[in-house]
Amino acid sequence: MVSKKTLVELYTRTLKVRLFEEKVWDLFGQNLVPGTLHLYLGQEAVAAGITAAMKDSDWVQSTHRGHGHVIAKGADPKKALAELLGKKTGSCKGKGGSMHITEFDAGVLGATGVVASGLPIAVGAALSSQMKGTNDVVACFFGDGASNNGTFGESLNMAAIWKLPVIWVVENNFYAMGTPIKLTCPSENIAARADGYCTPNVVVDGNNALEVYEAAVEAVKRARDGDGPTLIECKTYRKRGHSRFDPAKYRPKEEAEHWLSRDPVDIIKEIAIKEGAITEKEAEKIRKKLEKEMEEAGKFAVESDYPEPEKALEDVYAEEF
Amino acid sequence: MAEITYREALKAGLREEMARDKTVFLMGEDIGLNWGGAFKVTKGLAEEFGEDRVRDTPISENTIAGAAVGAAITGLRPVAEIMFGDLITLAMDQVCNQAAKMRYMFGGQTSVPLVIRTVFGGGKNIASHHSQSLESWFMHTPGLKIAVPAFAYDVKGLIKTAIRDPDPVMFFEHKLVYDKKEEVPDEDYTIPFGEASVKREGADVTIWGTFLMVHKALAVAEELAKEGISVEVIDPRTLVPLDKKTLIESVKKTGRLVLVTEETKTGATTAEIAAIVQEEAFDWLDAPIKRVNAPDTPVPFAPSLEEYFIPDEKRIAQAVRDIV
Repeated sequence: MVSKKTLVELYTRTLKVRLFEEKVWDLFGQNLVPGTLHLYLGQEAVAAGITAAMKDSDWVQSTHRGHGHVIAKGADPKKALAELLGKKTGSCKGKGGSMHITEFDAGVLGATGVVASGLPIAVGAALSSQMKGTNDVVACFFGDGASNNGTFGESLNMAAIWKLPVIWVVENNFYAMGTPIKLTCPSENIAARADGYCTPNVVVDGNNALEVYEAAVEAVKRARDGDGPTLIECKTYRKRGHSRFDPAKYRPKEEAEHWLSRDPVDIIKEIAIKEGAITEKEAEKIRKKLEKEMEEAGKFAVESDYPEPEKALEDVYAEEF
Repeated sequence: MAEITYREALKAGLREEMARDKTVFLMGEDIGLNWGGAFKVTKGLAEEFGEDRVRDTPISENTIAGAAVGAAITGLRPVAEIMFGDLITLAMDQVCNQAAKMRYMFGGQTSVPLVIRTVFGGGKNIASHHSQSLESWFMHTPGLKIAVPAFAYDVKGLIKTAIRDPDPVMFFEHKLVYDKKEEVPDEDYTIPFGEASVKREGADVTIWGTFLMVHKALAVAEELAKEGISVEVIDPRTLVPLDKKTLIESVKKTGRLVLVTEETKTGATTAEIAAIVQEEAFDWLDAPIKRVNAPDTPVPFAPSLEEYFIPDEKRIAQAVRDIV
């Protein structure tokens, strides 16, 4: 069993992502978030469990549904929210928004709007770690839909032949937009595909941060020991639809009820309380503290200025020409 | 200083940069011990620097390019080789959506100092999937720099600049210039991006072109000189950044412009250059700008067909005569 300290950390991290996303939803409701949103609500335990097993110097590669990865890895919620609102104080100076939310200093390689395009980048970052001897690990998040793209095979293969320190994290929420994974994947588990690339793999309950964490610890150890990549398939579920206006009516009622009754925050909180790591009162205290942090972050984002229009011309190249 | 081929000059540039900076490494299909690159550019480098730094890859173009991106943003300086320019189609997401846009969409948080080497051009009778000239696609993608060296001296200086550049550089070569020889200094030198090279000075007409077409334009200039037509030949050396100044000054001097590349005509780099010149030097033009390109077809196989497809000296000379 993991330490009590770790259980508190897992609870805190899961809740932090939850409260961040709820703040995003709140701001979105006020019509302050331009464009679209792919909320991480419901999948918080995946980002929390994986990143809790990593060091600050390790990297994560994120996706279009990336807020959770970035916050769990330690990005500043103020800069992250400001970015979502398209403000000049945003981590990307308002040039990226939700689908490109990134904070390099927190160890995020980037969030990408092209499904499955992060896998090759993770291969390169892991190659960098191996060639430079930094011993850093790269966790590459992607969804079930991405596992049907060519880069999945290319990248799993390349990471395996070179024994790169990568953790492939499949967030299987069962739907690629509205298409059920059972229509696009012949096996029950996506993890089975990793066998073809001689990559150790495991399927875990992605709504249980502790289960995700324990798999991640093993994968991180394997990567740091020079024994190559691991694939962790986390079965999880979106609390909401794919993007801002999707009510997700294509999901069967019983299925949705089953998954939505298994709330990632409640699950890790119950485990932490049961193991004596935390009391209900202490858990509430953590919640209050995080709520305050998100409240302040929201205020910062709302009060920040929009970038001057002509800033659109900057940052294309290192130096203008 | 010795007379060496374009291929040898390019290799010398790669070798010098690898020796100078241990973060520089090469990756690509068949570039290592067994083959040394499909065009033998990297032959001997794996023996010299080891298989870690001259890394053979699976046939996975998108992940070759993407891994180069990932390595570049985490402190290495990768030089990825895509065996044929036609195959870069398989890596377009990583090149155009990732490498080109990362600095921008992440608000300047990262640099992507990578080089992607690949080779364009016909003339080897290897048909539609191994002969194209696709440089304009990349000129249309902000965030990329583009080098198009046609001479041995230029290729060595430009590859070194490309490797040291903080931005992603598409480094395009041409199959039929690998064996062209020129005096190339043994020592370290770089050629700045955005500086065209006037390969021949002239007074009556300017020819602007790339790759093999520069060599053909020089031959045409030599021929036309006998008829009393003085031709200036400009090789841009890089398309992004583009040296507009040298071109515009030349047009203001000669009043006439012929643009020559091996690309198919519609939407080629020559179209962009023509647009720039009419915007910036319209009043100095004494005749319409002429474009000499390949026809808008795939590259054909049979020698008789391919010879017809690729612009030749006769066509270039005719374009000059049409406006002089």
